[in-house]
Amino acid sequence: MSSKKFIYDEMYAADAQVRAHYDSLATWLAQTPAEVVARKREEADLAFHRVGITFTVYGEDAGKERLIPFDLLPRIIPAHEWKVMEAGLRQRVKALNAFLHDVYHDQDILKAGRIPEEAVLQNPLFRREMIGLDLPGRIYVHVAGIDIVRAGEGEYYVLEDNLRTPSGVSYMLEDRKMMMRLLPDLFSRQPIAPVDHYPDLLLENLRAVAVNGVAEPTVVVLTPGQFNSAYFEHAFLAQQMGVELVEGSDLFVQDDNVYMRTTHGPQRVDVIYRRLDDDFLDPLAFRKDSVLGVPGLFEAYRKGRVTLANAVGTGIADDKSMYIHVPEMIRFYLGEEPILSNVPTWQLSKPDDLKYVLDHLAELVVKEVAGSGGYGMLVGPTASAEERRIFRDKILANPSNYIAQPTLALSTCPTFVESGIAPRHIDLRPFVLCGEEITMVPGGLTRVALKEGSLVVNSSQGGGTKDTWVLEY
Amino acid sequence: MLSSTADHLFWMARCIERAENAARMLDITYKMSLLKQATQEPFQEWGAVLSISGLHYEFSQRHKDITADKVVHFMALDENNPASIYSSLKAARENARAVRGSITSEMWEALNATWLEMRGVAARGIPADGVSAFFEWVKERSHLSRGITYGTMLRDEGFRFIRLGTFLERADNTMRILDVKYHILLPSLQDVGGVADYYQWGALLRSVSAFETYRKVYRDAITPRRVAELLILRADMPRSLHACMEEIDAQIRALNGTRADELMRLSGRLYSELRFGRIEDIISEGLHEYLTRCLLRLRNLGECINATYFYVSAD
Repeated sequence: MSSKKFIYDEMYAADAQVRAHYDSLATWLAQTPAEVVARKREEADLAFHRVGITFTVYGEDAGKERLIPFDLLPRIIPAHEWKVMEAGLRQRVKALNAFLHDVYHDQDILKAGRIPEEAVLQNPLFRREMIGLDLPGRIYVHVAGIDIVRAGEGEYYVLEDNLRTPSGVSYMLEDRKMMMRLLPDLFSRQPIAPVDHYPDLLLENLRAVAVNGVAEPTVVVLTPGQFNSAYFEHAFLAQQMGVELVEGSDLFVQDDNVYMRTTHGPQRVDVIYRRLDDDFLDPLAFRKDSVLGVPGLFEAYRKGRVTLANAVGTGIADDKSMYIHVPEMIRFYLGEEPILSNVPTWQLSKPDDLKYVLDHLAELVVKEVAGSGGYGMLVGPTASAEERRIFRDKILANPSNYIAQPTLALSTCPTFVESGIAPRHIDLRPFVLCGEEITMVPGGLTRVALKEGSLVVNSSQGGGTKDTWVLEY
Repeated sequence: MLSSTADHLFWMARCIERAENAARMLDITYKMSLLKQATQEPFQEWGAVLSISGLHYEFSQRHKDITADKVVHFMALDENNPASIYSSLKAARENARAVRGSITSEMWEALNATWLEMRGVAARGIPADGVSAFFEWVKERSHLSRGITYGTMLRDEGFRFIRLGTFLERADNTMRILDVKYHILLPSLQDVGGVADYYQWGALLRSVSAFETYRKVYRDAITPRRVAELLILRADMPRSLHACMEEIDAQIRALNGTRADELMRLSGRLYSELRFGRIEDIISEGLHEYLTRCLLRLRNLGECINATYFYVSAD
């Protein structure tokens, strides 16, 4: 997986042979006239515009709504690969939950010296307020979005764990709906695992983690509001689950119980699927200037009157500096060897690693420990000398704020571009749900970097999405 | 239903109705001003437009003298005037956007398209020969969104809050127009039946789409007393206070909120007074006094809706 030129293509093997699981797609492409395909693509664009599946851009064009480009060519995962990936995801999320429970209780893993104490306790993402708090089912991460890439000869690697408020699942669902509408004949040619029941699974999971003794728990989705980049998804999920979409001002706390304001008076709320960062949840407990949160919410939470999904303080487990320790968590808590590999990672807080990274800046990807969404990162091979120089200064100013990884030759998948069909780099974000048990729908969201050679798949950086097909056999 | 959702729906409807009423009033004033050029009297109606909306002060902060152009711009396009057509349509769209899940996609698309067009008009300005056309357009868009609402929306709580917003705003506007116009027209009461009078009262009726109705109902000359009766007490006149209160009372009873006793009392009382009221009693109380009292009661009703349904506090 080093800097070899070889790039794994999802559809074509090295000898330009179509891989078996892409056979029927290849046949369809060969049989279908170009005009028909072009028309389908237009239809998809129109439909996405009409439904208004958009995200809001931060920064330059702040506040504008943009459409995420949808690519008609699906990404296909054979059954045996998904089986391994699914087992690996279960294992990983299980260990991450165990880790979170441990660091907020007995801290066995720290006592055993398997993870350096200061890496956890000195980390700003470690929430002291969570120490000793018992959560229903000991579940901290109810919804995880684990980013997986494929590199080298075709091995899968976990790129990062998103354990706070991972988004993108609405695109997964809308992409599938679109494909079934546009290309129903393709679906009849292959046994493709369904994903549409995700909202049902999510609701079931959320109800399962309600505080003990609530027979018919009331679930709500808490959004920062319509100007948040993922507002569409918040509204979409609430609607699909048939629960209320609330903003902080719709909720209030009285006698440590949480209520929503309804036209028939206050109604008790038991589970909050919150898409609001920890910092903004409760001005009394966290950021005092937050107008998005609910005063008193954290106290209600501490008293066990309401469930927050995900829990407060999960950031300590998906911090990029903690990422390197996940394999050790799996060994420590589960006594198993990790099924999914990590990408080799340099920690810039270590002098040796720092030196190596600064000497090889042109070959590496450097990321901010707490960054997300493709912001605050340097992709060495595509950056200009000037950009690298600026980033070097940033690193030197605060080395422990960064990690570095080799530039993975991410796998490519055939994608529609202006000149026709061309390979573009992709990743995969499966969504893992933890309630009474761990569940997930097969596949996840495939993101594609539409710019030639680009490795950045984030929608905020010009990435698109593809439908993801997991074959049932 | 979430209180905030009900609140958004209520105000979405109010803002559309407000834009329509502003357009009605401006349109008829504009047409009157064209007629008026023949006579020498100073034209006071543009000032009346500001009185009706209660915006004299805001206007005077920005403009020295009251001219047609300035009032039309202030009331139609000024984004700093919260009651301008521009601001109302913007607020309607923003309220709708916040509750897209609670309205039909046709409703959303109509409101969104209205707003996009409004923004275009504001950028281009209203051409001198397009003033009436613009007001017509605003009225049509209001008719359209009300029609889509009525034709596509489930008769649930949300629908009821939308209807409440529409009719409360309409009742308020009809009372204001009547009050201010009556005031202006009083001095000319001596020459009832004069030509000027005919146009003035005719204009008032036209602004609430009641001119032809008046003819049909009374088949006689326009008298102030009958105009007042038509706009206050006639149940079959769709913009009258009586008709508005009939709808408001029906929706309030249908909502049947657990904490709505006071709201039902206020609404039921006002509605039955209108049902069993006589114009003689209103005139002898003094129309202005009566209308002032009505406006206050409508405001109380609005506040009571707010307290009952939109603002839910810890007990």
